[in-house]
Amino acid sequence: MSRPTSSAVEPRGWTKGLLRANGWLVYAFFYAPILLLVIFSFSDSRNVGVWGGFTLDWYEEFVDSRQTQAALWNSVKIAVVSTAISVVLGTMSALALERFKFRGKQVFDALLYLPIIIPDVTMAVMMLLFFAEFFEVLNAVFGTELRKGFSSIALSHIAFSISFVSVVVRARLAGMSGHLEEAARDLYASRWKAFRFVTFPQILPGILGGALLAMTISLDDVVITQFVTGPGWTTLPVYVFGLIRRGVTPLINAVSVVMLMASMTLVALSLLVERVRNVGTNQRRGF
Amino acid sequence: MTAAVEITGITKRFGDVVAVDNIDLTIADGEFFALLGPSGCGKTTTLRMIAGLEFPTQGSLKIFGDEVGTLPPNKRPVNTVFQNYALFPHLNALDNVAFGLKMQGVKKSTAYSRALETIDLVQLSGMDTRKPSELSGGQQQRVALARALVNQPKVLLLDEPLGALDLKLRQEMQGELKNLQQNLGVSFVFVTHDQEEALTMSDRMAVMNEGKLLQVGTPEEIYEHPANRFVADFIGQTNLLEGRVVDAETVCLSNGARVTGFSDHPVGTEVAVSVRPERVRLGPRGESRPSETEVDGTAVDGATVDAATVDGAAVDGATVDAATVDGARVDGEVESITYLGNARVYRVRFDWMVIEVREENRPGATLHEPGTPVSVSWDPSAVSVVAD
Repeated sequence: MSRPTSSAVEPRGWTKGLLRANGWLVYAFFYAPILLLVIFSFSDSRNVGVWGGFTLDWYEEFVDSRQTQAALWNSVKIAVVSTAISVVLGTMSALALERFKFRGKQVFDALLYLPIIIPDVTMAVMMLLFFAEFFEVLNAVFGTELRKGFSSIALSHIAFSISFVSVVVRARLAGMSGHLEEAARDLYASRWKAFRFVTFPQILPGILGGALLAMTISLDDVVITQFVTGPGWTTLPVYVFGLIRRGVTPLINAVSVVMLMASMTLVALSLLVERVRNVGTNQRRGF
Repeated sequence: MTAAVEITGITKRFGDVVAVDNIDLTIADGEFFALLGPSGCGKTTTLRMIAGLEFPTQGSLKIFGDEVGTLPPNKRPVNTVFQNYALFPHLNALDNVAFGLKMQGVKKSTAYSRALETIDLVQLSGMDTRKPSELSGGQQQRVALARALVNQPKVLLLDEPLGALDLKLRQEMQGELKNLQQNLGVSFVFVTHDQEEALTMSDRMAVMNEGKLLQVGTPEEIYEHPANRFVADFIGQTNLLEGRVVDAETVCLSNGARVTGFSDHPVGTEVAVSVRPERVRLGPRGESRPSETEVDGTAVDGATVDAATVDGAAVDGATVDAATVDGARVDGEVESITYLGNARVYRVRFDWMVIEVREENRPGATLHEPGTPVSVSWDPSAVSVVAD
């Protein structure tokens, strides 16, 4: 498993200095904007770029503003629902692709990854058209009054999240020997029990990772959501995007910082889950 | 008595590939049975069909009289020790072993106490809380064994279970497995590509190649009387001398020499005379070997080598000595020696081939240096005539 420590020559002199500088430069490039964003979210000035002393007003406005609160909850609801559904469907498709042979498998495999490759805008236009037509037909046939809103956003998010979940879970499944399931079957487990007691615990980190990815993407999405949203269903990123057009205040900064914190918490959580599991099982893994 | 496993006309195809080709096999209750063959010969597929992990394309498979052809693995009274153990990495040794009992709905406390007993049985006491990754290869192997045995299977299937262990541990486990099998009285079906393992452990064994069953018998039968060239070559070491059947008891070798070799192949069949290296005697040229393994070979049934070497001038090559007392005897020259510790293997060069001779390293054994002119001889009962 462990490779012999490479005997690569440690860079010396100005090479070392340059490499080190490069490293810092990259980090600065990554994190300076974030740092600025955070700092200016506390700025007591209506002008985003001007420091006007420390204040928590913008955070207060974020909490008090009914619009931002509504947008936040819309985002959360959509993220939770779309994640839950796409995790189940994505895991199922990963299992099908990794463990079974069936007719049309390769086509299915290729098609599943399409949402990852297709540009967001294309996907957004596709979805817009689809829901317009689809809801019209449904309304005409069944007399329903479906409109764009929660269902159209959630369905769109599910549509692209399945691919991401499937990719992550599949990677995990590929690292798990199929013999384990055979062993479980040999030890009197039905197919369901073999999944429940052997496969599922093994791929759980992958499922959680996929879920966090799906949730993050759902919380972040602007383009697709903007196309398929309906009255009353503005999500937080879409709302922020709208704010910019109306003139920028540090409120945007505050909202962004909150979103940033949420994302970071999710990522930290996923890392923590991985670590706890690894300490628990103490197992070596290929990835 | 009902057979533990009865396989009749089983064929398994994967697409166009015939993995197992119409085999018949009966494994008795309480038998240690080895399925032996090179990789890809179909032995593992056969085992997996007994386990229910593959379903036969054709044919009948019975376990203790019940047809199980397409019964899923969880409904069969057999358990498997997998090649790479396939222990559940997220469960500790005890939970691994108790898994099968729990799946059968055995009460938790009963399942655990039986699991602990079995862990003791495979000499892993005190290791029950360890995760598989915290166990050595040999210990993992024992957990895998315990995990299967705890269910008291009617047949235990083992897929190259010792393959991943080092030599010393493997030999130790061979003995233990054999003891365990005798004490439990359960049939073990053991897949291996290691002919020595099969010979030493099994009551009976089957040799497979390219999906076909070539020979079934006791290790002795198979070693002494290989059914064909492949079996002779695959089991143990042997010298294969090419030739042609002359009559029921004579084979004419490719150099024209005639040796005694009993066979029921039709006259003219291309055959090989198989002589095991340890059955060949080696002595200084021209001398009759002073022998502890002296046979009272008479010239009559001694495999005599005829005078007619192909190129006539028999100087250093396979010359002929018709009237040897102890069987076939040809002269050659030691080409090289391989020292094995407990024995030496001499490669003796003749002008038409090389014969390997194995001599035990007994005290006082004469060393024949390379280049020494020597004679080799063997008793006619030491050879078997094999065709393709």
